[in-house]
Amino acid sequence: MSKIGVFVCHCGENISATVDCAKVAETAAGYDGVVYSIDYKYMCSDPGQSLIKSAIIEKGLTGVVVASCSPRMHEPTFRKACAEAGLNPYMCEMANLREHCSWVHEKGDATTEKAIDLVRILVEKVKKNHSLNAIKVPVTKTALVIGGGIAGIQASLDIANSGHKVILIERDPSIGGHMSQLSETFPTLDCSQCILTPRMVEVAQHENITLYTYAELESLEGFVGNFKAKIRRKSKSLDEKICTGCGQCTTKCPVKKIPSEFNEGLGKRTAIYVPFPQAVPNKPVIDRVNCTYYIKGKCKVCEIVCPTKAIRFDQEDTIVEAEVGAIVVATGFTVKQPDFFPEYGFGKYPDVITGLQFERLASASGPTLGEIRRPSDGKVPEKIVFIACAGSRDPAKGIPYCSKICCMYIAKHAMLYQHKVHGGKSYVFYMDIRAGGKMYEEFVRRAIEDDGVNYIRGRVSRIYEKNGKLIVKGADTLLGAMPVDIDADMVVLATAGIANEGSEELAQKLHTSYDSYHFFSEAHPKLKPVETNTAGIFLAGACQSPKDIPESVAMASGAAVKVACLFSQDELTREPLIAVVNRQAAPVFSSCVGCFLCVSACPYQAIEKEEIKNRTGEVIKTIAKVNPGLCQGCGTCVAFCRTKSIDIQGYTHEEMYSEVMALLNEY
Amino acid sequence: MTLGLYPGCSLKGSSREYTESVLAVAQACGIELVEIEDWNCCGATAAHNLNKELSLALPARILSLAEKQGMKEVVVPCAACYSRLTVTNHELAVHPELKQTITKGNGLDYKGSVEILNIIQMLDKYITPNLEGRIVKPFEHKVACYYGCLLVRPHEILKFDREEDPQSMDELMLKAGATPIDWAFKTECCGAGLSVSRTSSVGRLSGEILKDAADRGAEAVIVACPMCQSNLDMRREAINSYLGEKIDIPVLYVTQVLGLALGIDRKTLGLQRHFVAVNI
Amino acid sequence: MADFEPKIVAFVCNWCTYAGADLTGTSRIKYATNVRIIRFPCTGRIDYMLLLKAFDEGADGIIVSGCHPNDCHYTSGNFHARRRWIMFRELCDFVGIDINRVLFSWVSAAEGSKWADVVNTTVTRIRELGPYTEYQKVAKHPIREVTNG
Repeated sequence: MSKIGVFVCHCGENISATVDCAKVAETAAGYDGVVYSIDYKYMCSDPGQSLIKSAIIEKGLTGVVVASCSPRMHEPTFRKACAEAGLNPYMCEMANLREHCSWVHEKGDATTEKAIDLVRILVEKVKKNHSLNAIKVPVTKTALVIGGGIAGIQASLDIANSGHKVILIERDPSIGGHMSQLSETFPTLDCSQCILTPRMVEVAQHENITLYTYAELESLEGFVGNFKAKIRRKSKSLDEKICTGCGQCTTKCPVKKIPSEFNEGLGKRTAIYVPFPQAVPNKPVIDRVNCTYYIKGKCKVCEIVCPTKAIRFDQEDTIVEAEVGAIVVATGFTVKQPDFFPEYGFGKYPDVITGLQFERLASASGPTLGEIRRPSDGKVPEKIVFIACAGSRDPAKGIPYCSKICCMYIAKHAMLYQHKVHGGKSYVFYMDIRAGGKMYEEFVRRAIEDDGVNYIRGRVSRIYEKNGKLIVKGADTLLGAMPVDIDADMVVLATAGIANEGSEELAQKLHTSYDSYHFFSEAHPKLKPVETNTAGIFLAGACQSPKDIPESVAMASGAAVKVACLFSQDELTREPLIAVVNRQAAPVFSSCVGCFLCVSACPYQAIEKEEIKNRTGEVIKTIAKVNPGLCQGCGTCVAFCRTKSIDIQGYTHEEMYSEVMALLNEY
Repeated sequence: MTLGLYPGCSLKGSSREYTESVLAVAQACGIELVEIEDWNCCGATAAHNLNKELSLALPARILSLAEKQGMKEVVVPCAACYSRLTVTNHELAVHPELKQTITKGNGLDYKGSVEILNIIQMLDKYITPNLEGRIVKPFEHKVACYYGCLLVRPHEILKFDREEDPQSMDELMLKAGATPIDWAFKTECCGAGLSVSRTSSVGRLSGEILKDAADRGAEAVIVACPMCQSNLDMRREAINSYLGEKIDIPVLYVTQVLGLALGIDRKTLGLQRHFVAVNI
Repeated sequence: MADFEPKIVAFVCNWCTYAGADLTGTSRIKYATNVRIIRFPCTGRIDYMLLLKAFDEGADGIIVSGCHPNDCHYTSGNFHARRRWIMFRELCDFVGIDINRVLFSWVSAAEGSKWADVVNTTVTRIRELGPYTEYQKVAKHPIREVTNG
């Protein structure tokens, strides 16, 4: 027999001004199973809570209904109070008399009647409630970081330095990402590689970090604290343990004309190659698509010249299985290529290049050793035009968002050009200058005022080639849209930052969501910027949206802290408001018939198949089983279930039907 | 095969050779073009800048007449008319309230069943599939295909060709035996709207276009719009005085070129009507 | 029928509409007292048999409301609810349950005033339709009698 206590709160006058609280308490006292009912000025105050606690102890209450404010406000408070008095916290329910009644209705009988109804439905619900215990899940204290750019490097180092193991995987042969391609960085103009490479080395040498380059995530199973990742280590055609990185093979390789990815196609590389001199690890891989041996079956020059006999032509991809507790996604971004812009020549003019290509031209380690020379004929451009928002902020191009980094790197590019080409003329066409950030606006002003870069506010409608010059047709909107034609030697497009190719498939492997531009989605745009909707998976850097280096690093450290928080406990505690499939005595075992409609309904892939076996190990029945680590408690499966075999704790069929029935039946 | 035809004012006046060549090519390929009876001005240039409802009401009447006269597809050779009619068709389809106001005001009844074809769409759909063996005199010249501004814009509504670097006319010219050149001014403005009021602007704008075509070795400029044609052809004096040089490459309609390739005689195609003599 | 006070049950999700109704409260926007809110974790949880039960128990009108499409706290529960609603509506119509008595709506946690509008609209509509006696006539009493007898 239930012994329910009802506690009606006046909330000062917030409730009692329109609701007759005494009458509510009095009426509730008459309900079946209610053994104690009282109204009080402030239920959430210490004396109010003591009132509840002592009633639980003295009257031996089995359930509590607090009729006060919204449960979204004080449910944790009252549940905690109940727990302190020895009552299971999930035996406490709240009737929302304030937000849903006293504040939205005028004083009167109808309002008090509604309050009485609201109390009654919760009394009926709490009678059907069950004691529930928080769920505990173990945690594997190893993190998987996907992507070895600056965000992945920072996240790995932070997690590793907090004492946890990290597996860092990188798709390319070396870590470093886009930051390793950059020349100088805004707003300080310090050399990108000089600040990055020490961190790359630290990653390689850190005892807590296992680094797999040339590797990709194959598949992921499991849930927060208990993921199982399969990592494909693509064959490098090389025994890394024996290779000393001497470089004999890369100098002797006869295939020398492959466009270098690191140099954005402006330089060449060999078929066996190290992407750049400071690569980590500094050991080559064979690009099997371009290697003569793999195409024609002969060559093997690298094998012949290798002093340590490290080349392995028959090496195959290997799959590494790893158990990890948390994942940081730091796969970065890419930029749109000029062939996206018919009006800017559709990629047919070699001297119309992307910002990333300009970085390589300006970089001391680049194909021109830091001299600004145009790709077509190697001449130093006397006039250069930079076009901001090439694709970005242009709904007609399908990229309505701002790529965020371009305003700053264009100012940097123009500045670098002016520093390197004395007497050169540089022009920037822009829509707005978005230089929000510490020392950013000052940096742009420096480009304009000290270095004499010509900023023209307007768009460029067309670029065409004439007499060896690139004619840039634009408008100056600050001079009444006056047409501006510039006969430039080189044009740099600040093409939009876009999601990496394959980001969609990766998101699907991780069961996380992505936005309409294929960037990964954060769980909340403001309050959960590094979390994803999947517990235990976090985001860092430009895989979430275009970002500059400081932002990526900050986000990576944020994600690392989230991982460290997760790893600070041996077990995870979760609210037990999750779905369960009923189990019954043999021979039925469960009313579940195994239609698995629930599996397709579940947004979290939380429902698995469970085989029920007899003593000899024969499968007698296959039923659904909810993984308590993955279930988030939405209850969609419950409404789907044809046999009503799956139910959600805290919102069971019995509880919800009681509410509906209590609501309308006259007492 | 019968299609509707909306000529518009230019094709009845300054660009008679366009009408002549369209009809000649159509006839040669067994297509009858029937003019919409009692058609009116489409309202290009002036109306859509002054009064949106009027600018839609004028083409709406044309569309409604075409529908009433049983026309499923209407060929609109003039690029400006094509733009107005297509935009109106679109606006009426997506804004039912607007359609209500406009059709009520005009006492019209328009269901929206009429499909508009510009000249290139018409040629692509009904002529080029039957060209095989009919090209008797391939037009073996280097040509600059000039699309102008109205044929491909606004792209969201017209959904015709690539808006920044259109290709359809180039492909058509290849089929007629010509060699289209790669040039820079395919969709630049010729200054059409200012032809009468500020002829000097036309000289400058059209001058740039012709100069680039000439510099790149074009022997003819090919157009599909009477405005483009008249500016590049009739205003040649203003153009040459702006450029300070004499450019004498002729400006032909796409249908005239196709007509020549099909072996239709020059007079039927109206080649004698041009200001700049057509000597190729 | 002037003094007819309709009984309306609202089935709402915890994250959007329940919070939205809380906001109506904190904004002190007044609305009709006829509605009783029942809280669910998600509209995806709402088994439409509960709606029939509510009619069975004497409800005159029902509101089902959750997060806007794409805003679901659980990513897709509201889509399932919407699909199920489309089916349910057809079924109700077929068996003769007046579908005008069920209002399906999206109210986000920021739409306090919209919640008041939704309630008031429903109350007005149900007031016009009158008490739902047809349902009780055909369903409630015979079933009760059979089970009791």
